[in-house]
Amino acid sequence: MATATGQTGTVAHGGPKGVFPPFNKDTFGSQLLWLAIAFAALYLLLARVALPRLAAILEVRRGRIDDDIAQAGKLKSESEAAIESYQKALAEARAKAQALAAAMRQELMAAAEQRKKQLEGGLAAKLAEAERKIEATKSAAMAHVRGIAVDTAGAIVEELVGKAPGKAAVERAVDAALH
Amino acid sequence: MKSNGLKEDASDMDPIHQFEIKKIVSFGHIGGVEIAFTNSAAFMFGAVALIVGGLMLATAGRALVPGRFQSVAEITYEFVADMLRQCTGEAGMRFFPLVFTLFSFILVLNLFGMIPGLFTVTSHIIVTVALALLVFVTVIGYGFWKNGLRFFKLFAPSGIPIYILPLVVLIEIISFLSRPLSHSVRLFANMLAGHITLKVFAGFIGMLATGLGVFGFVVGILPLSMTVALTALELLVAFLQAYVFTMLTCIYLNDALHPGH
Repeated sequence: MATATGQTGTVAHGGPKGVFPPFNKDTFGSQLLWLAIAFAALYLLLARVALPRLAAILEVRRGRIDDDIAQAGKLKSESEAAIESYQKALAEARAKAQALAAAMRQELMAAAEQRKKQLEGGLAAKLAEAERKIEATKSAAMAHVRGIAVDTAGAIVEELVGKAPGKAAVERAVDAALH
Repeated sequence: MKSNGLKEDASDMDPIHQFEIKKIVSFGHIGGVEIAFTNSAAFMFGAVALIVGGLMLATAGRALVPGRFQSVAEITYEFVADMLRQCTGEAGMRFFPLVFTLFSFILVLNLFGMIPGLFTVTSHIIVTVALALLVFVTVIGYGFWKNGLRFFKLFAPSGIPIYILPLVVLIEIISFLSRPLSHSVRLFANMLAGHITLKVFAGFIGMLATGLGVFGFVVGILPLSMTVALTALELLVAFLQAYVFTMLTCIYLNDALHPGH
């Protein structure tokens, strides 16, 4: 260091002409001193106060997030269990309903079968009855036909001949024609 | 160009003028060295106040869901913590306060320099050398304290054939010893060169305007746009150099923690 006493006061920090300020050795002492103080102060304040505070905030958040994730996982598994039991209950109910429906169908079919049989029996009886009536009506009608034929034949003969034939002869003739 | 006229207002045009250290209060001499509170010191303490005050204000709410300022503080914290953790692993987290202090200090001082009229502390080599030596001494001190003589394994990478080992060891030692130099000069030179370039281009605007009149105003648009672009670049450099300095610190600290490569 060639700092003469006369030089320092005026020119040291003003910078003598031609000396590049960053290489001016006269300023090094001050700069180092203040740098040391400032840097040490910054280090202590950060290390003791500011950084632990930030770390605590981040730690709390991380803990909170982890808790929330765990909570969410628990809730998820709970809801999954609920869904599973619900689906089981649903399947049971469906099976029960199907069994019930099958039994009901069986019962209804049996009842229907029975009623059908009853109905058919009734119908057959009515049919036989109707056939019998038809037969009776038919034979009754046939009997009437003979009477009408006898009368008509008697009337025709009387018209043609001018004299009524004997009833017994007409009846005989009609019977012969009918049979 | 009228060189005489330019020399008169040298303090306005001189790109070196901005780096001058100015005394604010002098405390006298210690061993022939003048100790004075200077503009440089004022900005150092300004940075300390801004960093600590900013962090304290930002975290005052201790909000679970951070606001803007708390987010910035948290992102910076995580950024530096991740950088250190990736380089050194969990073991290196004991150096986190040191690394965070270096990063925030250099970043804020660099950014102070980007405000026109303010002084750039990191453009002085004595400051960057001091910071680099702090890292260097920390690495050596912790390296020997933690590893003892095994710290020397740093200079002898494993898996090197014995006949070229002396050469490798020599190279490793030279590269190790030159670390503080490159570490400090990189930051210093970047800040210095950037600010000189900015000042030169900004000076052109005034020179053109005073020297060429109306035509000068028109042509002055060119250096003006250059200055704007350089300002953006210098903002990037201000961050990048703080990042690089911190990154290298982490890498060097890793050597102290795990010297075996």
